[in-house]
Amino acid sequence: MNANEIHERIKTAFPDAIIEFKSEGVFEPFIVIRPELIREVSRYLFEEPDLNFDYLMSLSGVDFNDGNLGVVYHLHSMGRKHRIVLKVRVSKGKPDVPSVESIWKTANWHEREAFDLFGILFLNHPDLRRILLPDDWEGFPLRKDYKVQEYYQGMKVPY
Amino acid sequence: MPELRTEEMVLNMGPQHPSTHGVLRIELVVDGEVVVEAIPHIGYLHRCFEKHAEAMNYQQVVPYCDRMDYLASMSNDFSYVLGVEKLLKIQVPERVEYIRVIMAELQRIASHLVAVGTYGLDIGAFTPFLYCFRDREMILDLFEMTCGARLLYNYMWPGGLSHDITPAFIEKTKAFIKHFRPAVKELNDLLSYNEIFVKRTANVGILPADVAVNYGASGPTLRGSGVKWDLRKDDPYSVYHKFDWDVVVGTGEMGTLGDCWDRYMVKVWEMEQSLRIIEQAIDNIPEGDVHAAIPKRVRPPVGEVYVRSETPRGELGYYIVSDGGQSPFRLKARAPSFSNLSLLPAISRGYLIADMIAIIGSVDIVLGDVDR
Repeated sequence: MNANEIHERIKTAFPDAIIEFKSEGVFEPFIVIRPELIREVSRYLFEEPDLNFDYLMSLSGVDFNDGNLGVVYHLHSMGRKHRIVLKVRVSKGKPDVPSVESIWKTANWHEREAFDLFGILFLNHPDLRRILLPDDWEGFPLRKDYKVQEYYQGMKVPY
Repeated sequence: MPELRTEEMVLNMGPQHPSTHGVLRIELVVDGEVVVEAIPHIGYLHRCFEKHAEAMNYQQVVPYCDRMDYLASMSNDFSYVLGVEKLLKIQVPERVEYIRVIMAELQRIASHLVAVGTYGLDIGAFTPFLYCFRDREMILDLFEMTCGARLLYNYMWPGGLSHDITPAFIEKTKAFIKHFRPAVKELNDLLSYNEIFVKRTANVGILPADVAVNYGASGPTLRGSGVKWDLRKDDPYSVYHKFDWDVVVGTGEMGTLGDCWDRYMVKVWEMEQSLRIIEQAIDNIPEGDVHAAIPKRVRPPVGEVYVRSETPRGELGYYIVSDGGQSPFRLKARAPSFSNLSLLPAISRGYLIADMIAIIGSVDIVLGDVDR
């Protein structure tokens, strides 16, 4: 199934979930989903037998540098051998995205990483803690407006 | 007499423990000798790869990729340069593709030799470890004579390679193939079918196929569960489609499908397949200039790309976002070890503490790759 067909399927099942669909002039077609519905759309993509997106290749946080953060989901189907990219955008002031951990277990650590480095809050995540940085680190380093803290436990940080 | 009061105990394994293959801490909740829960704590080796990448230009990122999975630097670079080349729409010369494939497969053998050798070491077999490192040394010599480095090569550049190979390289690679074929058999006699080794690894840490897929496992960890999935075949890149070789999967020969022995054995069989690829490639390297397609300035147009390739540990993906500038706007590395390690809690419940060593070793993680 190609990206246009997948887009059509989502559009039929969730008429108000899609914000944008881009398939021309990009390396990989992507669909921007309303953040509140990302879990429902993901579950639909996972469960429908002819879509069967069983493999979450990657889940990345992005700072678009326009006051918005985003999450990018690279999905792949092992059985059907097709792929699609989903994106959500949330404002920095309220970076709430429903977790997809209940669908793909691999999202657990990937979401923790996105939380750790971007401060994106994944709702209903079972264990949303920092994963790579120390628990008492301040700020989210991969945000474009990140300023490193001056001292960490008495040690000077910038050098 | 009143009943004995028992309770669960929390035990820290690591971060400095030889069997964790790096700085990994596992919080074990144990009931006597039985593992109730295993919670990995990572990040001890976090070197801010993604943050660094945003501050330098595309070519300068390559040495940082080297340092992620430091046992398979060539494979890390391979994936990254594929991504940059896709963004730039560069077609590299055929000669470059062939050399890259040869290097990546040699690297796969070298990496699997470490994995297999140290796995034996974890379980108490010291001798195979020495044999493995003896053979790995020959591959490192090949790399050294090509690019001067033995561990971190900075060899693959966007658009080409840092150095061309020499006729002596071809000769020595052929000699290596001749030497290594029987070495695999030797390894099987020494370790793979060793009674004690089989007892320690078969029926331990069983990973069912559907769990593996759901946890995003890849590489030998996924194939050990019987899933025939290899990006070199299923999402072909470079010139892999030109060669004749097989994807090997676990069979449950010694116990249950998806146990530690299967994950281990897939690596041994894969080394033989890599030899087949190298053998076919080494005689057919086309003529060409490995520097011809290297761009002077790398400034990809606005766009984003997700590329993935099969490293010795599985699917290494780079999500590269370009804003048209000289350095990546966002670079995310989806490391195979990261996803593979995340399934550790799922496969270690109910086994003994001693089995934990076998399970961690069989998943074959490199902490540099997990923490980036």
